[in-house]
Amino acid sequence: MGFYIVQFLTGLSDASALFLVACGLSLIFGVTRIVNFAHGSFYMVGAYAAYAIISYLPQSPFLFWVGVLGAALVVGVFGVLVETLLLRRLYHAPELFLLVATFGIVLILQDLTRWLFGAEDLLGHRAPGLAGSVNIMGSLIPQYDLALIIIAPFILGVIWLLLYRTRWGVLVRAATEDREMAGALGVNQATLYSTVFFLGSFLAGLGGAIQLPKGGADLLMDMNIIAAAFVVVVVGGMGSIAGAYLAAVIIGELSSFGILVFPQSTLVMMFLVMAVVLVVRPYGLYGNAEVHEHGFEAVSVSLLQPASKKLRCLGLILLIGVACMPLFAGAFQLVLITEIAIFSLAGMSLYFMMSPGGMLSFGHAAFFGGGAYAAALMVHYLQTPMELAICFAPLLTGLLALIIGWFCVRLSGVYLAMLTLAFAQICWSIVFQWGGFTGGDDGILSIWPSEWASNKVVFYYLTMIICIGGILSLRYLIFTPFGYAMRACRDSALRAESIGINIRNHQWFAFAIAGGFAGLAGGIYVFSKGSVFPDEMAIPRSFDFLLMVLLGGVDTIFGPIVGSAAFIWLHDKISRIDFWQFILGSIFIVLVVAFPQGIVGYFNRRFGRYFVDQT
Amino acid sequence: MTKLLQVNNLSRSFGGITAVDRLSFDVEAGQILAMIGPNGAGKSTCFNLINGQLRPDHGSIKICGQEIVGLAPRHVWKLGVGRTFQVTSTFASMTVLENVQMALMSYHKLARSPFRKVRHLFIDESMDLLKLVGIEDQSHRVCGLLSYGELKRVELGVALTNRPKLLLMDEPTAGMEPSERQRLMNLISQIVRNQKIGALFTEHDMDVVFTHADRIIVLNRGELAAAGTPEEVRENHKVQEIYLGITA
Repeated sequence: MGFYIVQFLTGLSDASALFLVACGLSLIFGVTRIVNFAHGSFYMVGAYAAYAIISYLPQSPFLFWVGVLGAALVVGVFGVLVETLLLRRLYHAPELFLLVATFGIVLILQDLTRWLFGAEDLLGHRAPGLAGSVNIMGSLIPQYDLALIIIAPFILGVIWLLLYRTRWGVLVRAATEDREMAGALGVNQATLYSTVFFLGSFLAGLGGAIQLPKGGADLLMDMNIIAAAFVVVVVGGMGSIAGAYLAAVIIGELSSFGILVFPQSTLVMMFLVMAVVLVVRPYGLYGNAEVHEHGFEAVSVSLLQPASKKLRCLGLILLIGVACMPLFAGAFQLVLITEIAIFSLAGMSLYFMMSPGGMLSFGHAAFFGGGAYAAALMVHYLQTPMELAICFAPLLTGLLALIIGWFCVRLSGVYLAMLTLAFAQICWSIVFQWGGFTGGDDGILSIWPSEWASNKVVFYYLTMIICIGGILSLRYLIFTPFGYAMRACRDSALRAESIGINIRNHQWFAFAIAGGFAGLAGGIYVFSKGSVFPDEMAIPRSFDFLLMVLLGGVDTIFGPIVGSAAFIWLHDKISRIDFWQFILGSIFIVLVVAFPQGIVGYFNRRFGRYFVDQT
Repeated sequence: MTKLLQVNNLSRSFGGITAVDRLSFDVEAGQILAMIGPNGAGKSTCFNLINGQLRPDHGSIKICGQEIVGLAPRHVWKLGVGRTFQVTSTFASMTVLENVQMALMSYHKLARSPFRKVRHLFIDESMDLLKLVGIEDQSHRVCGLLSYGELKRVELGVALTNRPKLLLMDEPTAGMEPSERQRLMNLISQIVRNQKIGALFTEHDMDVVFTHADRIIVLNRGELAAAGTPEEVRENHKVQEIYLGITA
């Protein structure tokens, strides 16, 4: 009995830090509509800052808590700086571009932390005065865990008072419901955004600081917590603080008890719970349907036109260039171009569902990696020839996308995006934890092309044909009735439904097609690399695809190609430098400030008139 | 005359508020029925019930004798109901022409086709419809850039794509100048008379209502307060009471 009580209490104490992070994420999203991917990094910085401050201060129970609060304050102030110095410049840009900026911050903070504290995991200080354990019916539980159990409801109460009993809280709630109206009524948005960013970042920092004695500090904390925080926010219901607490407790208890039952699949279980909750209550336990006028606008409303003659000529020149490349490029350049083509196809498939489809995905790597693993597993276990494996990869991932999409298209906007992230994490954790079948962290090795295609140049042409064919097919699809109906569903669900379009089914198919083409890209990728690792399915990979599409520009078809070319090229140029993530993150931030419409969007605006046919 | 739309004993409440309360009325072919009433009388709710956007708590709605309660809006559309919205709803990233083409593609069961280019589909048919509603000169403008009055015409064009038996129009002339209102309503009258379809519309402009409606029903707090020809309604004390607050 005592054992189960202790297990229950451990679950509750695990929920505390998670609740704080999710709560901050939810507050910031509610008011500013920014999906702050850097929130996990704020949490990580909170833990490191607490480590530094507590190490510096003399040991005492009082000073320990001073250190914790000090770390949270540091992170809070840092959040305000990020908001005022960077994000504020981007509020006029499409909402999605803020994501690129927050990715940039993730990369910068990752390297900055590594530079300041080193790559090794830090062991947390024990909390003075709470270092002992309490005996509950024969089982021991650390005193500090009990303190954590008390902290979360306490913070919940304080935030509730702030939101419902202060003038500031009224403004926050008003802005969460209707930003424009709040602005029209004279609410100073700049101050409100900064204060919300302060509170949100403070909570993330506090979360990192209070869990330091339990879990220490390491450089993987940011990605680990951000996925879990998304789950909590989505399960609890966007904008609901109480919902976030309940969801955090559910997740905490689940992992605490789940580890007893299925020690191998704790990660999967968390995301399965999320999927189940969202099917029963699409907007979370305490959430309401997204307000559509102010919902997450995935794209701008620019008109898609067939390419002009001049643009077609440019495309043709590019094709000829690609075809002639093996004549004068070295093996290394060919490999680079192959990679650009593969990622362009994957980026294009994401663009396809994001821009005309209006469905944002934070988990596209599930399909890319899914295709790679499907091909690799077939070769590894069934000795499937390359040709067949490349054919089956998109079919299998298309099937996977049908399953995942069935859940996802029930939602819209950022809920849909977070659900894709959750499913991608399920796929990743299956691959990662089921080592016996998938090789786990060691991946699957020596997956090489068939004999006839093993020559570098032949494989180059093969890849080009498949990738360019895939890109052109997706492009063609956008101009068919199917593509128009996708845009119809995105532009106005109300109108689309009332002219007889089955929106859910249509989006479902579009989702599956996007997944299938991403799987095709993954299928070739595995043969070009010769191996596959779980990283290809992980969150950072999904972010890469998003970055490619956003860097290129979401309202043009060339966007994903230019974006992935720029991304791969940049990556290749700087990835050998020490602290390259810092540089890459800074470049993203500079790019997004300089070209808030994306690279191609910028050139369209600047030089687009030269490519229009005279009429 | 055949009854196109039969609404019988229709009710719908939201929480404690009964938005539509035991409402019954009919629309016949070639007839224009106006639904009027003060704000909050339940007009839009009634439209959303007929359209399938909302489900009634009680009652029945029949289109040409077929029960449609429980059908999704897209199925109601397939039975021949065209609708325009109070707040216009068009595909903002498409041109006027493409909006009508999209509706026609759906009508001709091509909306899922991945093999043809939209550029060549139903151009003539779409242009005819745009001419009918008087907006053919704007056909290549993007809907996101049109004025409200123009969007109302686009919506009407889209609503006519499925050769509807019944047109539902929620404030078709809101946001237009008076002369344009009369012109648009004349157009609607013509379409209704020529094609022998039925039309149900709401409107706050009494000039429009009394000039163009064949029959008028008056809603007050979800209940049917009065019904009849424009003359009968004009003389009805209950209606005067609702609108002017005069107790007879």
